[in-house]
Amino acid sequence: MSTEAHAIQSTGEAPVAAPETKSMSIIVTKGSLDWAYPPFILATTAAAMGVPVTMFFTFYGLPLLLKDLDLKLTAAGNPAMKMPMMGMHMGLPNLLTAIPGVDAACSKMMKNLMNKKGVASIEDLRELAVDAEVRMIACQMTMDLFEYSLDDMIEGPELGGAATYIECATQADINLFI
Amino acid sequence: MADHTLDAKGLNCPLPILKARKALKEVPSGGTLEILATDPGSVADFEAFCRQTGNELVEHSQNDSVYRFLIKHTAA
Repeated sequence: MSTEAHAIQSTGEAPVAAPETKSMSIIVTKGSLDWAYPPFILATTAAAMGVPVTMFFTFYGLPLLLKDLDLKLTAAGNPAMKMPMMGMHMGLPNLLTAIPGVDAACSKMMKNLMNKKGVASIEDLRELAVDAEVRMIACQMTMDLFEYSLDDMIEGPELGGAATYIECATQADINLFI
Repeated sequence: MADHTLDAKGLNCPLPILKARKALKEVPSGGTLEILATDPGSVADFEAFCRQTGNELVEHSQNDSVYRFLIKHTAA
């Protein structure tokens, strides 16, 4: 962080880091099972390494704050998604991914695979993030757009908009958009 | 002999680090935490974790597929 950035006086709620403490912000824009991992892995790990983290949940990232998660992924248009099946790694032709039930089956397989490999669930990582006092901001505009209320969400997120995020970002050393 | 031992075998990134952080909080300053893990990525990750947090990675070793780390709680 530059000295100029340190000199900025916060008038809002954003946590002001001590001079030598690095901080991080993440804009979370995607809500599929696979895309949910990077922000929560990085947020929890940074927090564990003493880096204060703010996550800003917007558009399809916002549903990641819902109390009940049933995250899914889609194999359509994703040639890199190959699953271990029948002793090899298989991808699905796009045409097959359009068949009803295929995405649900792929999602279930992925969750089983993750469980088998000792990968944490998003629910667990999210709880760890809350425990680690990761600051979570729910995008007010997206709340209105998709007609969510804070009652639908887990305990912890605050409401905010672009200016809330920008204020945080000007004080952070690492700003990620995922 | 370490003051505390954390069994993180079978856990994948970033769980060994997250659990180690939690366990370190229970270790008094100057005490040691032993971590057992099977994630090959944990070798680089515990080195980075210790550099960043100011805790000392006293030693790490490997026995078959199990990695052992000994961290001294030296951070404030």
